[in-house]
Amino acid sequence: MTEPYAAPLDSLTRLRGIRGAMVVAAQDGLVVAESLMGGVKGTALAAMAANLAARVTELSVRAAVGGPRFVHLQAQDGSLLVAPAAEDLLLVAVAGRDVPLGLIRLEMLRLAERLA
Amino acid sequence: MTEDIRALSAQYAADPSSLVFLRLGEALRQRGQLEPALKIALAGLNRYPHLPDAHDLYARILADRRDYASAFDEWDTALRLAPHHLGAHKGIGFLYYRAGEPEHALYHLRVAAELDPGDEGLRAAVERVAGGREIWDVPLPVAPPTRDAETRVAPAPAAGDPFTGVEGAGQRLLLVDRDGLRLGGALAARGGRDVSEEAAASLAGVVQEAARAARLLELGEWDHLTIEGTELSACLLCPTADTSLLATMDPGNPAGQLAFYAERGAKEARAWLERAR
Repeated sequence: MTEPYAAPLDSLTRLRGIRGAMVVAAQDGLVVAESLMGGVKGTALAAMAANLAARVTELSVRAAVGGPRFVHLQAQDGSLLVAPAAEDLLLVAVAGRDVPLGLIRLEMLRLAERLA
Repeated sequence: MTEDIRALSAQYAADPSSLVFLRLGEALRQRGQLEPALKIALAGLNRYPHLPDAHDLYARILADRRDYASAFDEWDTALRLAPHHLGAHKGIGFLYYRAGEPEHALYHLRVAAELDPGDEGLRAAVERVAGGREIWDVPLPVAPPTRDAETRVAPAPAAGDPFTGVEGAGQRLLLVDRDGLRLGGALAARGGRDVSEEAAASLAGVVQEAARAARLLELGEWDHLTIEGTELSACLLCPTADTSLLATMDPGNPAGQLAFYAERGAKEARAWLERAR
């Protein structure tokens, strides 16, 4: 794993319910660093997160929501969580069902701030 | 009265795995030392992720930090773990009251009052939220109010807008079809500028991407998407297969409240679409 991101990603994946966490290049969806559990497809996750973040950013501008700080896609069996970090980086996590999302959100915001 | 922080800190240092973190975190919180309280609570929560009291402590600290969205989620987690948790019912009751949902607030505060009948302050809070209604003779419902309970009783939307009579209809709810055509409602920026058409044009793309991401990541069908922006928070969902709805709120409101508000909008939209068809 890329050294500067190893500790933040490890601290995130230690939280209950997190299946995987990544740092992703926002522009092209490439993996910068990852800490994933078995079964999570890193490249797909990175690409999906970057595409979604791009669409959300466009909507945020048009709907005057302001720059997105945190994005949460809730699905039946889990969540995709994205926190923009530095200008061109995204902190991404996949969580299972019934997880302490408040705690995970707070940790992601803290880590994203640190990566910025 | 707050406990002696020095003594509690010494106990915690001697045995970090003990449950003394609950008392230490609360003592720090009551003294307004929120940062150290937060560290203690998070350390305890990581050690005891299924302990309702740990989530309750964390939620109280979050509420003191005015992070109501996270506090809501943590109290909600505490109630999932322990449906009769006094602190969580009080906390969620407070958040619902703050968010202008009196019926939900009343339910949780009444549950709390039943759990702690000697708390006069709690009884007074229930009576205040009830707004002068005779409340104690009314049996406590076995479950929280349904989502319909707080929907305003509004006349049928004769004006042709799905959200007529719903709070924030002209500014915070927007219904769009799959081609990005506005069907009803409106969105306003913080300064009041109408951004409905601009937002409508982007919604279909986000909906497609959300569905694709959920499917390819094997997360099942997507339910909703929330965006915490610097100016507003937004929640996107699909009332029907061929429509999407965007609801907005000021940032800082609990995420659960925003999703709840969006669901109310979706319900109105479904009824309106049903009538239109």
